[in-house]
Amino acid sequence: MLPYVLKRFAVAILVAITVSMITFSMIYLSGDPALALAGETATEADIENIRRVYGYDRPIVVQYLDWLYRAVQGDFGQSHYLKKPVSEVIFERLPTTMLLGFCALVFALTLSIPLGVLAAIRPNSMIDRVALTIAVVGQAMPSFWFALIMMLWLGIYWRLLPVTGTDSWANFVMPSIALGYYITPAVMRLTRAGMLEVLSTDYIRTARAKGLRPMTVLFKHALRNAIIPVVSLAAVQFGFMLGGSIVIETIFAINGLGFLAWESIQRADLPMMQAIVLVLSIFYIVLTFLADMLNAWLDPRIRVG
Amino acid sequence: MKQWILPGVAMAAAAGIWSGPALAGKADDTLNWATDREVAVIDPYYNNTRELVVMGHLGWDGLLFRNLDTGEYEPLLATGVEWIDNVTLEVELRQGVVFHDGSSFGSEDVVYTINHVSNEDNGVLTIKNVSWMKNAEALGPHKLRINLVNPFPAAFAYLSNAVFIVPEGHYDNAPTGADGRKDFGAVAPVGTGPYKFVEVKAGEYVLWEKNDAYMKDTPKGQPSIGHIRFRTIKEMNTQIAEMLTGGLDWMWDVPKDQAERLADLGTVTVENAKTMRVSYLAFDVDGSSGQTFFMDKRVRAAVAHAINRESLTRNLVGPASVVIHSACHPDQFGCAQDVTRWDYDPEKSKALLAEAGYPDGFEFDIYAYRQREFTEAVIGDLAKVGIKANLTYLQYRALRDLVWKGKTPINHMTWGSNSIPDVSAITSHFFSGGRDDPAKDPEVIAWLAEGDTTTDTAAREAVYKKALERISSELYWLPMFTYAKYYVYANDLDFQTTSDEIPRFYAAKWK
Repeated sequence: MLPYVLKRFAVAILVAITVSMITFSMIYLSGDPALALAGETATEADIENIRRVYGYDRPIVVQYLDWLYRAVQGDFGQSHYLKKPVSEVIFERLPTTMLLGFCALVFALTLSIPLGVLAAIRPNSMIDRVALTIAVVGQAMPSFWFALIMMLWLGIYWRLLPVTGTDSWANFVMPSIALGYYITPAVMRLTRAGMLEVLSTDYIRTARAKGLRPMTVLFKHALRNAIIPVVSLAAVQFGFMLGGSIVIETIFAINGLGFLAWESIQRADLPMMQAIVLVLSIFYIVLTFLADMLNAWLDPRIRVG
Repeated sequence: MKQWILPGVAMAAAAGIWSGPALAGKADDTLNWATDREVAVIDPYYNNTRELVVMGHLGWDGLLFRNLDTGEYEPLLATGVEWIDNVTLEVELRQGVVFHDGSSFGSEDVVYTINHVSNEDNGVLTIKNVSWMKNAEALGPHKLRINLVNPFPAAFAYLSNAVFIVPEGHYDNAPTGADGRKDFGAVAPVGTGPYKFVEVKAGEYVLWEKNDAYMKDTPKGQPSIGHIRFRTIKEMNTQIAEMLTGGLDWMWDVPKDQAERLADLGTVTVENAKTMRVSYLAFDVDGSSGQTFFMDKRVRAAVAHAINRESLTRNLVGPASVVIHSACHPDQFGCAQDVTRWDYDPEKSKALLAEAGYPDGFEFDIYAYRQREFTEAVIGDLAKVGIKANLTYLQYRALRDLVWKGKTPINHMTWGSNSIPDVSAITSHFFSGGRDDPAKDPEVIAWLAEGDTTTDTAAREAVYKKALERISSELYWLPMFTYAKYYVYANDLDFQTTSDEIPRFYAAKWK
């Protein structure tokens, strides 16, 4: 197990470094950061001054290494726009995004696992087809469009839910559904496939033959085994949702990390952009790493292979 | 199944009870307005976004006030401003004015403000707004002198729109940023304006409260609404949703099609109003982009005749937009209108192309950053005469970089002049030989320099006209149209739109 863990850990570190390098380079390709900082009415002298003060006149490799050296010590520099330490701003906004991601995950699991189980109990039945339809629609429908449709009906026509803000749990209902619905199909199909496989095994047949109640067989014996890969998938999808919240937070004006990322891109706040991408990437990498470990622990064939 | 349904219904019911109509607007005497920008720095010198231009007039006052109806400059913090000579202004101040922190206003505050902002080391973002002032000196508790760097005839325009007064010592305790420089934008806002700053939450809102101690008998008038809250809502559809559900009372920059649909609803007021922003095409007249077509004036003329600007303004921009022929906004001082015009005439365009050696047209790259649909309309018109334009649509910062490097055969840009009603804020900015100047015409540069430093009004107008005529006749730019904005606001809000893109929330009332 240990060599496998070390190997996966090394890959995770390499991925994190590669992501940070690519992000750093791509940000520079989008235009002169000094020009963006100076604003629409700045003179050449203003821009040159900003370039010198912020160190943008140094070679990009030097800038990257300098940034990386400080980043591993937790110092992401200062936001050009907000004039505050980047780490402070990220820690202010992260809880909102984490809460949104958590709510979205709860919604996705609450919808997809029962549907997956029902679809597996009655394969090719009407309920299976309904579940499949929900899955296909969820996968095909852009989350921003779904969000706007919900806003239209639940927010404007029926006035059931507030359209923007984070003042109450009600503010999180629409964003969580919009964000969570996108991952529902994958979780539902995995639950269905897992349940179908487990339900056809000998020990389930034995359990039924023993006269156990169908619900006991289903939930105590079948689902417990079928859901193991779902747990690791959910962990990875949680990371995906943290990154994917950019669109949803922007639409619902939720002041989280995703919204901050979008704003930082708009105003070329380089230190902020770099830190957000790195933080979100590390979340994703850590969750993927944990999912790999969980799978390896559950299934010895993975770590041996 | 029943176990799942009941909590769901309960949740929906609770949400319905909880959400109700949002507390905003007349009900809680708070005017909520929104744009897509996040505002963190609340200082008119250290944040040059349009949002802070608007808030600048809420929280602070200038020495003068421009009456948009008459075009005259009226006293505000000053009771009088007089030219002593070409480079000296003498100012008498209003008495009995107090800042939001309770301190009294006097000449030491104006002197401090001017000396701070005109010092380039203090890093005011739009330095052009203040760099025309050398310094100020107090002549008494309510009298002072402003010394100018050079003669600057547009001084009154800047004193009314861009020079806001802060208390003496305001920036002295500014924190030091990570770069070792003083962060003047981090100082808590204090002014004399009709609204007092309450709090900011970056990315969410900025809240202002009515200043009950605001000076009487000024052209700004007494504020009426209790609170003004600016909100950041990035997505236009979300802004509209909030507008329709009562979460917002005012918004602008609504696309024409959506504004028309909102107007049909009748639940909000929709208005199209002109702004100081203009649209223009700038040609690569020296061929530095590598695509040399536009070095030939006949080709530039062919482009000008091919574009139906009237149709574009009417169908895409809005009824308050007008076609322009000079490289400035018609409302700006010195913006002569009787210059060479390039009317829509596709047949003439084709003839000019043939004459220039392009009977079958040609292909080139056009660059733009704002309202893609406007540039696409231009591309459509050019295609009708055989010119194929490939659009490169960029962020402003990336495009401006290319423009400065001379890499754009044609760039479709806009300029808002910081709402300064004087051609020095646009024509002189673009045609005085700097990086933005596509032509660097020595005569135009000389005329503009003369106009920018002559205090005689008639002489200024005469030299500006010469420059504008040359720019137009040589087609260094093709001026396109003035921008018009769609405003949407609550039916119970008494609000007047203005032509300078600075909404006067301090003058708004509830009906």
